[in-house]
Amino acid sequence: MTLHLEIPEETFAAILAKAFRNTAFVTGFVITLLILAMALASYVWTPYDVTKLVISDKTQGPTLAHWFGTDHFGRDILSMIMVGARNSIAVALVAVGIGMGVGVPLGAFAAARGGLVDEALMRINDLVFAFPALLSAIMITAIFGPGAINAIIAIGIFNIPVFARVARAGALAIWPREFILAARAAGKGKTQITIEHVLPNIATLLLVQGTIQFALGILAEAGLSYLGLGAQPPMPSWGRMLFDAQTRMTVAPWMAIFPGMAIVITVLGLNLLGDGIADILDPKSRRQR
Amino acid sequence: MSLLEIENLSLDIGDMPILKDVELSVAPGEIMGLVGESGSGKSMTALTVMRLLPHAARATGRVAFDGIDILSASEDQMCALRGDDIGMVFQEPMTALNPVKTIGEQVAEGIRWHTKATRAQAEERARKMLDRVGLPSAKFPLSRYPHELSGGQRQRVVIAIACALKPKLLIADEPTTALDVVLQAQILDLLRDLVTENRMGLLLISHDLAVVTEMADRITILRHGEVMEAGDTARTLSAQLHPYTRQLAQASMHVPARPKTHLAGAAKPLLEVEGATRDYSGRRTSLFKRAPDIRAVDDVSLSIAPGQSVALVGRSGCGKSTLARMILALDRPTSGTIRFRGETVTGKSEAHLKPARRDMQVVFQDPYGSFDPRQKVEKLVAEPLHVLDKNPTRAERRERVAQALHEVGLGPRDLDKYPHEFSGGQRQRLSIARAIITRPKLVVADEPVSALDVSIRAQILDLFAELNQKLGIAYLFITHDLTVARAITDEVLVMHEGKIVERGKTSEVLDHPQSEAAQALVTAAPDLHRAMARRMQEQG
Repeated sequence: MTLHLEIPEETFAAILAKAFRNTAFVTGFVITLLILAMALASYVWTPYDVTKLVISDKTQGPTLAHWFGTDHFGRDILSMIMVGARNSIAVALVAVGIGMGVGVPLGAFAAARGGLVDEALMRINDLVFAFPALLSAIMITAIFGPGAINAIIAIGIFNIPVFARVARAGALAIWPREFILAARAAGKGKTQITIEHVLPNIATLLLVQGTIQFALGILAEAGLSYLGLGAQPPMPSWGRMLFDAQTRMTVAPWMAIFPGMAIVITVLGLNLLGDGIADILDPKSRRQR
Repeated sequence: MSLLEIENLSLDIGDMPILKDVELSVAPGEIMGLVGESGSGKSMTALTVMRLLPHAARATGRVAFDGIDILSASEDQMCALRGDDIGMVFQEPMTALNPVKTIGEQVAEGIRWHTKATRAQAEERARKMLDRVGLPSAKFPLSRYPHELSGGQRQRVVIAIACALKPKLLIADEPTTALDVVLQAQILDLLRDLVTENRMGLLLISHDLAVVTEMADRITILRHGEVMEAGDTARTLSAQLHPYTRQLAQASMHVPARPKTHLAGAAKPLLEVEGATRDYSGRRTSLFKRAPDIRAVDDVSLSIAPGQSVALVGRSGCGKSTLARMILALDRPTSGTIRFRGETVTGKSEAHLKPARRDMQVVFQDPYGSFDPRQKVEKLVAEPLHVLDKNPTRAERRERVAQALHEVGLGPRDLDKYPHEFSGGQRQRLSIARAIITRPKLVVADEPVSALDVSIRAQILDLFAELNQKLGIAYLFITHDLTVARAITDEVLVMHEGKIVERGKTSEVLDHPQSEAAQALVTAAPDLHRAMARRMQEQG
């Protein structure tokens, strides 16, 4: 007899209990929740109005009135970070949505069909993949004009091949399994099998990839708005705040430090969350923990 | 003086007791058979001797090998023992070899490590060892990679690695379970010869009572981590003093009651296969060249009458499973036709296949792999209902699933469970429930009991027989195990290299095989009756 170290499928409660013992997951989860709460709070309340310029208060360091200081127009940096979070999260979220919405069906379809269709789809995929994502995003926004919507589309397009690949690889591992053969013998078509059996079995894989792409999307959005190709003023965004701070680094370092920290902490939080989910759901890491 | 002596061995992993007061000994030149069903602790006993237990394991008692106390030996001492004085052969030859190293390197590795020999010396010894296990240098140079070898050849390499340094003790954990009967007989012969040549002790672990009876001088029967009975093989099995020994022996030889038998010719055939051939295109050797096509199934014709139970037997790789897939319309024949209830199945679209699918179901070998782990039993068993003309309502569906579960001996409470909550035997019952829910006329079963323990196997065979009698379902049993064919089928077809080489009434073919392929299968198949008779004779 070989050693059948069978990995029991777990109940939801058991997974949850394990999730809260996983430090990476808990830290990531808390950070993500805080950032989300901050973005949502900005709809109803911010310490100051971010569209109002108060030149008399310009470039003040952190004080009790302005915790994170003010920028060169006298706007409160804390308020700007709160409103900017909205923008970052919205862009990254919709971009991940586009990537998943198009990429997953594409990858699952390629895996189900196989043969030439699969080959052709994946080579087109490789082509998109081969472009440096940020550079091409710059190109797209340069052609269609800067703005949050175009940034979403640009980042979204480059998420498609990532999800297509992950979905295809996952689906290819599921297709040769016997329960798929059993479903085929029961007369089910490929679409139905994909929806009923393949997708639920690769869902965790996609969830992990989703959090990673979300973090990358936030970075990409910051990059684009740093170049002035993202959300346009007066809408504040983390990337442009960094751009504004660049020339004033020596006189007003807080203008760069706080938005920079916002980006770092958000990306870190999302990556920890993704790592945590992967650890919890990956059967191979279970025994070590 | 014993080579290996295990006394009062108890083992816990975490809070789980695995072994309890196990006693066992192996003398030099002796074959000790360790028999038990899955989960009985056979493998754990072997791993304790090798001290290769998982981290959470706690072993108490005494394990002495050649005067060394294994349980208190240091890791360095163990490293010196493993592979030198104690060799081990694992079940799965596919995973026991490193795929990126040549067989020469893998055999020489242990020799160099333990004897500090030079590369040339080690390779010379490796060569000799490979010659000894039946892999001559002309066909199997040291530079071969594992993927270039077949399963039986790989197992020979694994044995060569384990025996390269003439160990005093060889532990073989289900060494032939992954192989077909003909290869099994060859590997067992090889092990027996190595034992006599080197006066090596062999601890042979197996779930198969027949194999152990043929091989072992003494046997130990293990159940739930406890020794049930131990002693001389012939005496233990002929007396069958312990009820569990009796139970195991009876289960191994179990033949379900089937008063009604069906023979072909009486009624209109249910399934007809005419000249079915399946070619697989050869591997691409260069951009423009391909290796010649491989013919997996070659001009096969057969017919099955309603209610008839037919066995398709043959060695692994003979095309049995390919033929089954074509019959189930999961694969298309290159040429030939398959008719089901008089209608041609070949080349029809999925939509037109629906009526045929309803009457034709399948049971697979692996009860672990044949269920989607993320769905509940109700949905899994109801899957074939999808081919009905009108979809049943939720309540109807639940009712039908409950009925099917009842027929295979499971309760309505099992409806809302996930597959992982069932044991292997129960899962195979689920598989059968799924197959019979549409009231099919034909069930194709691909090695349906070969992954199961003997006692569970007997129950599942009973279930198959009962359903055949009660519902009149015809079976096509695909198996390499002749005892299964004998137990449950009316007719047998022997397949060899894609062709059907012999067919006839099961008892006639198995008792008086005519073709070479059938004879090879019959002589190689382990048979408890025969093995016991021979043991008794030897002892006089």
